[in-house]
Amino acid sequence: MRKSLLRLEGLTKAYPGVVANDDVSFDIGEGQIHALLGENGAGKSTLVKMIYGLVKPDAGQMTLRDQPFAPAQPSDARRKGVAMVFQHFSLFDAMDVAENVALGMENPPPLRDLARRIRDVSEAYGLPLDPTRLVGELSAGERQRVEIVRCLLQDPKLLIMDEPTSVLTPQEVDILFRTLRKLSSEGTAILYISHKLEEIRALCDEATILRGGRKIATCDPREKSARELAELMVGQVLHPPERPARPMGDVVLSVDKLSLHSNNPFGTSLKDISFSLRAGEVLGIAGVAGNGQDELLLMLSGELQAPSAQVRLKGQPVGHLGPNARRKRGLVSAPEERLGHAAAPDMSLTSNALLSASERKGLASRGFIDWPATEVFARDIIARFDVRTPGPHVLARALSGGNLQKFVIGREIELDPDVIVVNQPTWGVDAAAAATIRQALLDLAGKGAGVLVISQDLDELLEIADSFAALNEGRLTPVRPARGLDVEEIGLMMGGAHDMHVAQEASA
Amino acid sequence: MIRLEKRKEPSKFWRIANPFLAVVLTMLAGGVMFAMLGKDPIVAIRLIFFDPIFSETFGSYSRPQLLIKSAPLILIAVGLAIGFKANVWNIGAEGQYIIGALFGAGVALAFFPAPGAHIFPLMVLAGALGGFLWAMIPAILKTRFNTNEILVSLLLVYVAERILAAMALGLMRNPDIAGFPGSRDLRRYEAAHNAELFAGTGIHWGVVAALIAVIFAYAMMTRHMLGFHIQLAGQAPRAARFGGVAPARLVVICLGIAGALAGLAGMFEVSGPGGQVRIEFASGYGFTAIIVAFLGRLNPFGIVLAGLLLGLTYIGGELGQMMLQLPGAAIQVFQGMLLFFLLALDFQTNYRLRLTKGVRA
Amino acid sequence: MILGSINPAVLMAALMVAATPILLAAIGELVVEKAGVLNLGVEGMMIMGACVGFIIAVNTGSPFIGFIGAALGGIALSLLFALLTQALMTNQVASGLALTLFGLGLTALLGQQYVGITPPRTPKLDLGPLSDIPFLGRALFTHDIVVYLTIALVGAVWWFLKYSRAGMILRAVGENHDAAHALGYHVKRVRVLAIMFGGACAGLGGAYLSLIRVPQWTEGMTVGAGWIALALVVFASWRPWRAMAGAYLFGGIVVLQLNLQAAGVRIPVEYLSMSPYLITILVLVIISSGKGRGLNAPGSLNKPFHASS
Repeated sequence: MRKSLLRLEGLTKAYPGVVANDDVSFDIGEGQIHALLGENGAGKSTLVKMIYGLVKPDAGQMTLRDQPFAPAQPSDARRKGVAMVFQHFSLFDAMDVAENVALGMENPPPLRDLARRIRDVSEAYGLPLDPTRLVGELSAGERQRVEIVRCLLQDPKLLIMDEPTSVLTPQEVDILFRTLRKLSSEGTAILYISHKLEEIRALCDEATILRGGRKIATCDPREKSARELAELMVGQVLHPPERPARPMGDVVLSVDKLSLHSNNPFGTSLKDISFSLRAGEVLGIAGVAGNGQDELLLMLSGELQAPSAQVRLKGQPVGHLGPNARRKRGLVSAPEERLGHAAAPDMSLTSNALLSASERKGLASRGFIDWPATEVFARDIIARFDVRTPGPHVLARALSGGNLQKFVIGREIELDPDVIVVNQPTWGVDAAAAATIRQALLDLAGKGAGVLVISQDLDELLEIADSFAALNEGRLTPVRPARGLDVEEIGLMMGGAHDMHVAQEASA
Repeated sequence: MIRLEKRKEPSKFWRIANPFLAVVLTMLAGGVMFAMLGKDPIVAIRLIFFDPIFSETFGSYSRPQLLIKSAPLILIAVGLAIGFKANVWNIGAEGQYIIGALFGAGVALAFFPAPGAHIFPLMVLAGALGGFLWAMIPAILKTRFNTNEILVSLLLVYVAERILAAMALGLMRNPDIAGFPGSRDLRRYEAAHNAELFAGTGIHWGVVAALIAVIFAYAMMTRHMLGFHIQLAGQAPRAARFGGVAPARLVVICLGIAGALAGLAGMFEVSGPGGQVRIEFASGYGFTAIIVAFLGRLNPFGIVLAGLLLGLTYIGGELGQMMLQLPGAAIQVFQGMLLFFLLALDFQTNYRLRLTKGVRA
Repeated sequence: MILGSINPAVLMAALMVAATPILLAAIGELVVEKAGVLNLGVEGMMIMGACVGFIIAVNTGSPFIGFIGAALGGIALSLLFALLTQALMTNQVASGLALTLFGLGLTALLGQQYVGITPPRTPKLDLGPLSDIPFLGRALFTHDIVVYLTIALVGAVWWFLKYSRAGMILRAVGENHDAAHALGYHVKRVRVLAIMFGGACAGLGGAYLSLIRVPQWTEGMTVGAGWIALALVVFASWRPWRAMAGAYLFGGIVVLQLNLQAAGVRIPVEYLSMSPYLITILVLVIISSGKGRGLNAPGSLNKPFHASS
């Protein structure tokens, strides 16, 4: 048994209407890689925010090396040796790497010395970084390195990592794991938050499983099968979606050698994209975040316009058409960002039903809205896709991620499209909702629609896709049949390890 | 410790209650202000808010004034509110009001002294066109060059004021009276006069136009896709593009409607209550209308109430100047406070105050 | 020849004076916007400074105390804005407008007994032999101290934003307030301080108008200077030295226009006096037609921040 580094006892935190953490206790040992496992909404984020001093617990206490530990703010936690790598929201695009690192440190040295130390540490751990580059121009993997280096420069005793692999290719994941094992062997404990079971079994010494805010178990993940861990995490046995055998029809959507500038200054331009999608086919497009997924969706939905003939829907050129004209012709889409893009947060579900359905459902005549019919449509979606909500008058932002996602995807499926394009359909969604959504997409394909799924979740794509391609720096690989592909090959399609020449040379 | 907590849904109660509460608080704070100026606060508040309507002495004069002052405020505010809903911030209605008046008066002066029933309708069209064109400057600069419409529309107010002065002193000056700035009095030119439609009520064509605008705006915002798109663009611009809204088109529409309505207001004013193109013609309706739009919750019917209230403060302010020698600027302060109180109270609509045990928020 | 009657050294000197009030207001607003807050109440805070500074200077006989009072007046109004937007989460655009409308009204009330009075004179700074240098002496070294302090302030703000840790934190808060919060920085505290600095600068700019440049108090005397200062911040792409260049350019146009009026050019005064506004619009168009982030706008500008955790 290792000596305990951080002990949590009875941590409880309630928000109005929800208990995020209920009497959670466990120990993290010195130098241990400890997994915190749970699905979305299980209370992982709240728990680590308490450890990092961003949230104050309602009850319970923590001890760090036998001393009471109650950080009032992140700087307290950092001073006492707790560092955190965030999944989102802690980098500043318009500032350079050195400044970003300095902002996360308590007493940063002058920037010139800091730049040198960043180079030293980043190379020692195989995480090459140029301190003078603007963070907004970095790839997702490089951005994560900035966060990690920021933590390492403070010699943390405990490093918290929140879903670190969601932005990495399989090859980059290997490199990250090597770094983490090295840190662990040097005595740094790691609290590793994830919902990816295989990863945890490969990396972690111990795992604590949260469900609905409560601790379910603490166990050695290497002694459990992925299936057992999944049942502990979800609380029920989930069946993989059924894939009805279906004939492939004609090509319904094709894109031909399309290059397109991003409308976002830190976005990724599309370069020479070609693919075709057949009726009944599920085409999965993998890739690490920020490699052109948003742009690809916008280009297909019609929010970004392209040369007319380079995008064809059932043979007809549609590149120049806007979103509503494409919907009218049978092409619908669901973007990644639910709140603010696929749905208006401060509008009711009825209004949000109208958002994309007015044309195909005939909800407006001569521009005048048929509100009663719109409400009926919203109720249909709610009923058919099991959206848990008091009714269609509720604001979109009041729904949980999974329920809103079911509503958004359901809305598009109800439009009975010939082609549907979705980006990250189950991102941040609980397992049950994710299963519902995947099944619904497969059913739609079964009815003869072409389905294009852009996702960063490889497991998801391998589960539902018939054919497979990957986006890498705005380029799309050739499409290959999904059957028989292994993770290594997929990783190489996704670009292998980005910008790792230095590290590879070092390890070679 | 007190903290704000976002409500799951905005409170309908506070949305409606806050404007009333803001008026009450403004009266209280205004009373304090009057007391500091050495006036009896109760008398002053009564003079401003009650006497214009209920007093036997002034009522017969000031009751019709209420509609005369409120109509342009309502007309302008209805247009502004549509833009504000879409996050299109036209704050240069004063300029559009002036240019509308100049266009309207220009048509009248061009026809002078010919009679004809076509002259007034032409003036109406010209007034709307003038305001529309002036509003198209920020609209086109915004859509073509991404120039901030707040700054451009506002800066154009100063330009419009100088054009007004140049017109009053030059091109439109009354040639029959040497040495005095200002145009002919349109009230004495029957074909161009925006006269009272019913004697003693203050109802002129501008009041009718305001009423029509309110009804149209309400129908558009609640029943028509255009209104839906305007709200969508204001609340969630990316969702709006997903919904097929072309942002540039919306900017042009919002500024165009607001400009045309402000231009109409200016035209009805110059051909009626204002009477002539003068350097001092612009009286700040375009700015007060911003307050009216917010106080009316950007809702056309709310704007009617808010417009009447602020119209009342103008008349009450004049009474106060006459009877109590209250400074004219006091009314401006009053209007500013009203907006402040409203904005401050509005946190209750979206947030809930909560007492927490914890030390940190 | 009309232009021949204009002395370039005098023009240069007048230009620096004309530029100072808007430069003061702009440099303050630049810091506010760098912190991610859009305060459209600059005009209101400026007129507040003009009025309060004037009243205090007249009553104390000291322009220096007047300037301090003006800064405090600007801060007082800016705190109202801070209360609304930071504590009560109101819309920044509407709150800024309210500030301007309220400031214009309040000062008209406060200042009504001060119309037509001459304020105590602010002495020129005696720079000795420097002011005897031909041309440059007249153009650059014959001003009051505020002109020079303003230039020093621009330099200080530039250094603060670029090299100091506090400045880096301020930029971080303006660039991404969620990230800054996650790292434990006090977003609202930083913003309130920035807003107060903006208020003080706008107040000083206003007082420069009423105590030195005009020098007199009249109702609404800022006539859009605050709005021009806002435009200047955009023109400067949020860079202090460019704000100064912009202010001097603008000052040059104002002075030239006044000189043309005085020289009796056959264009009506009304049209000449439009030119500062038209040129501001023109410059805004040129600068904003550049694409996207090239503009260097702070990432969280005008977005409300409410810590949910």
